[in-house]
Amino acid sequence: MTWKRVLALAILGAGLPLAAQGAAPANDSGATAWLLTSTTLVLLMVPGLAMFYGGLVRTKNVLGTMMHSFAAMAVVGVLWTVVGYALSFGPNALGGLIGWSRGLVLLRSIDHTILPAGVPEYAFAMFQGKFAIITPALIAGAVAERITFRGWVAFITLWVIFVYCPLCHWVWAPDGFFFNLGAKGAVDFAGGTVVHISSGVAGLALALFLGARHGYPKTAMAPNNLTFTLIGAGLLWVGWFGFNAGSSIASNLETARALTVTQVAAAAGALTWVLLETIRDDKPTSLGMASGILAGLVVITPAAGVVQVGGALALGAIAACACFGMIILKNRLGYDDSLDAFGIHGTGGIVGAIGLTFFIRDSWWAEAAAKAPGWGLLAQLKVQGFAVGATILFSVVMTLLIAFLVEKVVGLRASEAVERTGLDHEIHGERAYGLNNLN
Amino acid sequence: MKLITAIIPEEKLDEVREALIEAEIERITVSRVSGHGRQQEIVVQRGKKVVPNLIPKVQITIACNDDFEGITVDTIIRTARHGKGEVGDGKIFVQDLKECIRIRTGERGGQAI
Repeated sequence: MTWKRVLALAILGAGLPLAAQGAAPANDSGATAWLLTSTTLVLLMVPGLAMFYGGLVRTKNVLGTMMHSFAAMAVVGVLWTVVGYALSFGPNALGGLIGWSRGLVLLRSIDHTILPAGVPEYAFAMFQGKFAIITPALIAGAVAERITFRGWVAFITLWVIFVYCPLCHWVWAPDGFFFNLGAKGAVDFAGGTVVHISSGVAGLALALFLGARHGYPKTAMAPNNLTFTLIGAGLLWVGWFGFNAGSSIASNLETARALTVTQVAAAAGALTWVLLETIRDDKPTSLGMASGILAGLVVITPAAGVVQVGGALALGAIAACACFGMIILKNRLGYDDSLDAFGIHGTGGIVGAIGLTFFIRDSWWAEAAAKAPGWGLLAQLKVQGFAVGATILFSVVMTLLIAFLVEKVVGLRASEAVERTGLDHEIHGERAYGLNNLN
Repeated sequence: MKLITAIIPEEKLDEVREALIEAEIERITVSRVSGHGRQQEIVVQRGKKVVPNLIPKVQITIACNDDFEGITVDTIIRTARHGKGEVGDGKIFVQDLKECIRIRTGERGGQAI
């Protein structure tokens, strides 16, 4: 993760007047091209997620559910350039709780900046912005089919400012405190804690806060179109190469390593999930295939920079077992995490952030030991555990506060009438499928 | 034997179905249909008001013995109606049913229902 150090220098440099930056780093066209491609790929994950979730809900809620993801593109797309990037990647403010730099508001101060990694800071800011879009969109899966559109828009606006930006700053800003834990920081290559754990546990908290859908779990709530879900899972897999391999902010060996383990973990996750289903229920399902792919992708996200192929295989398989088990447990406990945002993103993220410690490559340990003599598995495990624990605590507490506020001010839970008729017709005045006008 | 066909608002399906099951009428066929009655629904598409001339509804079809006609019809009326009744709440058609045959056994008449 050399790019973090690289960014540290860039941020120090940002304070200097332009004239003093005579020796500005040259643009590396290879790295820039891959970062721009990755940025595009990560955005592709959002419509992918919309299809994944859109296929899983009932016919009356397809558009409402897909709009949750698209709303994140619109809302966070604006919010990120206005204050999000400044709050995440500005220098420490409020004792390191968050970052802040007035110059980064509307990205004004980066108009001429080439980062020392050889990429324009615009590309980096846009790449990071896509992560800020998909993270709140993931939460929608936990509260599908029962949330108002304006409540959702208000919720994600506040959630990005008060949960995502601080976490992003802690983990990825060079002066963030997770970044500086232990010998080589808490390992979170592409967002296991920031993206998946934070959104997964936020989803669980929000699902418990809102309560279950009417009729859950007695009424059967079957997916309306698993074809969408499979296409969505496929788009997510493709986009994830940008998500993970793009996070190297380079186009080199590290990039290829991240891409390889991403492929391997997703495939191992899918295979394991389908095997488990075949053994338990005698039928391999397409939903199981899609879920396994996702579990594998989530688990490898924090680990993509430090594990090798063997570790990726193991993590993918372990994540599929853990998420599969968590969903069975959910059905026993009876809480309504509608599309398993916690079951997959929360569980897979936690398994990845902790589990990766056992599979870190030797050269990483050697570097860590050079910085802090005697640095080993237990010490790193503590760092990872602390990062996971702090993320869970922070995300749950803040999510509940925001949910409470939004419920009181604009209303978050949809009324019973809206829920019965469906979000599509009641909130958006539309229908997903062409039955409204046969001619 | 009677054949009861009811056209009801989509959102009332769950409620109607739950009430019918409670009244021990479990055998049912449900389909999505489009049609035109007195109801007009105005849809706004890109700021332009459009009146679709066919509105989506749900059709339920129930075959029952004569004794069950009353309770079936009453249950549907009670649960499919919006408040005190609105245009668009739907209709129920009741027909005499000439024959009913269970394919599996070849049974005919009331016992096949």
